[in-house]
Amino acid sequence: MTVLLQIDGVSRYFAGYTALSDVSTAVETGTIHAVIGPNGAGKTTLFNVVSGVLLPSSGQVRFAGVDYTRRKPDRVLAMGIARNFQQVRLFRGLSVLENVMIGRHCRMATGARGLLGLGIFNRAAETQARATAREMLEFVGIGARNERLPGELTLVDQRRLEIARALASDPRLLLLDEPAAGMNPAEVRELTGLIGRIRDRGITILMVEHHMRLVMAAADRITVLSAGRVIADGPPQQVQRDELVIAAYLGKPHAPAHGR
Amino acid sequence: MLGGYWESIAIFLGINVLMSISLYVPMSAGLISLGQGGFMAIGAYVSALLTKGGVPFAPALLAGSAVAAAAGLLVGTPALRIRGIYVMILTLGFGEIVRVFFLNFDPAGGASGLVGIPPLTTLPAVLAACAVAFLIVWRLRHARLGRAMIAVHEDEVAAEAMGINLTRTKLLAFSIGAFIAGLAGGLYAHEALFIDANQFDFSRSAVTFLYVVLGGAANPFGPVLGAAIVTLLPEFLRFLQDWRMTFFGSLLILAAIWRPDGLLKAPVPRSR
Repeated sequence: MTVLLQIDGVSRYFAGYTALSDVSTAVETGTIHAVIGPNGAGKTTLFNVVSGVLLPSSGQVRFAGVDYTRRKPDRVLAMGIARNFQQVRLFRGLSVLENVMIGRHCRMATGARGLLGLGIFNRAAETQARATAREMLEFVGIGARNERLPGELTLVDQRRLEIARALASDPRLLLLDEPAAGMNPAEVRELTGLIGRIRDRGITILMVEHHMRLVMAAADRITVLSAGRVIADGPPQQVQRDELVIAAYLGKPHAPAHGR
Repeated sequence: MLGGYWESIAIFLGINVLMSISLYVPMSAGLISLGQGGFMAIGAYVSALLTKGGVPFAPALLAGSAVAAAAGLLVGTPALRIRGIYVMILTLGFGEIVRVFFLNFDPAGGASGLVGIPPLTTLPAVLAACAVAFLIVWRLRHARLGRAMIAVHEDEVAAEAMGINLTRTKLLAFSIGAFIAGLAGGLYAHEALFIDANQFDFSRSAVTFLYVVLGGAANPFGPVLGAAIVTLLPEFLRFLQDWRMTFFGSLLILAAIWRPDGLLKAPVPRSR
């Protein structure tokens, strides 16, 4: 197994608050890797660092061996790391299909011809991007609603749309931030299937998720964060029995109450 | 073909349509400029000085537009760090700087203005410029760059995370707009035949903003319609004599109440 993403001693401080403290973990190629932890554990902050949205206060992130800690999000995407957002962030004025085509943006040709014509008359690239976008919408199961505006979709379909938009960029690593939020049990089962099919396309997945049934069913490896620190890291069966994890989720039976 | 009066109105209408398109482009990337008059001034002065020096009309126009586009890059760079109303303040300041510069720039006539500009602007030239500018914004809506501009306008964080280079997209939007405003300025100078700095003051930028807001900033036909109404309606209201602008202003207020997003809505996405 080779390591695709290496998170190495990452800390992130906000004014007077430590969101991440010396977090290290490795995501192996071809696996589904879950990050779990109570609210405020730093999961979304970690995602923001991995996707280039936030600069860590210290530490580094490496993708296929390359340190990309200081790269901007658009270059991180071009490198092969795509993400969704916990609070859905779709482009409301663009159609469903056009939203997915935005994901294709970084793969559309910008040679001399594209630059001279400002890409305006590059119909071949447009047609190709549209075909890829349609394919991705079919893949996530909302292929029939291409021309709607995203606001006309249910929240669950909006989450699927975000996944399609991320997949359109041909990522090697897909970051999913709480993809099951707001889904009923049937929809979660469907999502579990979709995540498996994404992995079968050769895409490695790193996901933050609260839904334990989904995590236990899908994940090959689990990293547990609590108060910005890694408290456990291993296969699901091992993490499930870990006393620190149980304490973080359920509270310590004998520990004295903290001031907070 | 048209009478002198109507031909001149048509030419100024075309120039105003170009100005409205010049603002529509940066506005579709969320950059509201209140300095389009400044870019127009640059295009006007540069092209007029060149034709007075014997350069043919077309290269002079292009040179004026290119210098305006370069100024657009210059103004766009600090605008990358700020948003919304602060971009408006920055561009407003830019427009004033350009005006005061030409007011004091004696090689171009300074405060007494630039006279003796050859009458080279023709209605077909203006129509051709409008057609090209409109074709560009029309095609942009369904092209990589135009889509990126809308995405940046709607959500910068998501746009950047989805692979859009914010710097490149915003600077291109700004300088494409500046280029078109520079072109409008060049055509204007060779129709007016006399230019001075105060023809490109804040009211020029403000009325350009009005074209886009009135017509609709999310539809390529919006700025064209806005420019047509603001240019032509006062002409048709001449029978009201002294009450003309009062009536016109009242119409604008009513439009702002009834159609706050502009007369034309965003086109509904359709199957392609």
